[in-house]
Amino acid sequence: MAIPPPEIHLAIKSSFTNIELVQIVIEEALKQLDLGQDEAHWVGIAVREAVANAVKHGNKLDPDKQVEIDFGVEDDCVVIRVVDEGEGFDVEEIEDPLAPENMLKPSGRGIFYMKRFMDRIDYSFRPDGGTVVTLRKSLNSSSQGSEEKEEKQK
Amino acid sequence: MTISVRQKEGFTILDAKGKITIGAGDVVLREAIQGALDAGAMKVLVNLGGVSTIDSSGIGELVSAYTSASNRGAKLALVQLPPKVQDILQITQLVTVFDVYEDEEEAMSAMA
Repeated sequence: MAIPPPEIHLAIKSSFTNIELVQIVIEEALKQLDLGQDEAHWVGIAVREAVANAVKHGNKLDPDKQVEIDFGVEDDCVVIRVVDEGEGFDVEEIEDPLAPENMLKPSGRGIFYMKRFMDRIDYSFRPDGGTVVTLRKSLNSSSQGSEEKEEKQK
Repeated sequence: MTISVRQKEGFTILDAKGKITIGAGDVVLREAIQGALDAGAMKVLVNLGGVSTIDSSGIGELVSAYTSASNRGAKLALVQLPPKVQDILQITQLVTVFDVYEDEEEAMSAMA
């Protein structure tokens, strides 16, 4: 009898320390799936970046606000959703970290890495506040890069 | 994440071990490099051979360190990059910004 893929729900307070815990849990879950060691590492990094953005930029390190993380498998894809309680952001305003004027900026690379390490990144914004970032990685390919789709639900 | 600092033939060498990630390792790295520059170091090598994971925040700290060193007229180079650190620098084309060497001997020879 086949072992069902892991389904996980986490809710953390907005602190950097908790990002570490999320990455540990996600990497353990990834070990149960048919994903190579390197691929699993990069998925773990992408999740770390998404949670860090939620903690820092979304919830602005407010300890009263939570970040929720859901992990599962849908249609042969690892799907991870990261939800914060922040005000959202304009996807169009994300700068290209490869542009010459941005190369020496100390920040602005997190979403770029997420897009490189996952197959697809979706954003949605809840009407009552909160950003939902959905990361997908196919279990059947080792392709890098992602299609990006923004679903603004304002 | 730990960083030990040693001096060798006019170079300040920082040996980093562990994760350079947001809220922990990135701060340790920043303070160590800033401390070396404040102490007057003009040639700094950051040995990343013991680094298991680096995220965008850690990369940001390396960029800040490079800028700080350059602004002071000091030189900063990276040595012993693990493959995954090399990859993450490559993706954002930062390998073209940093001086990167296989090991400290090669760096010391090139930067002498």
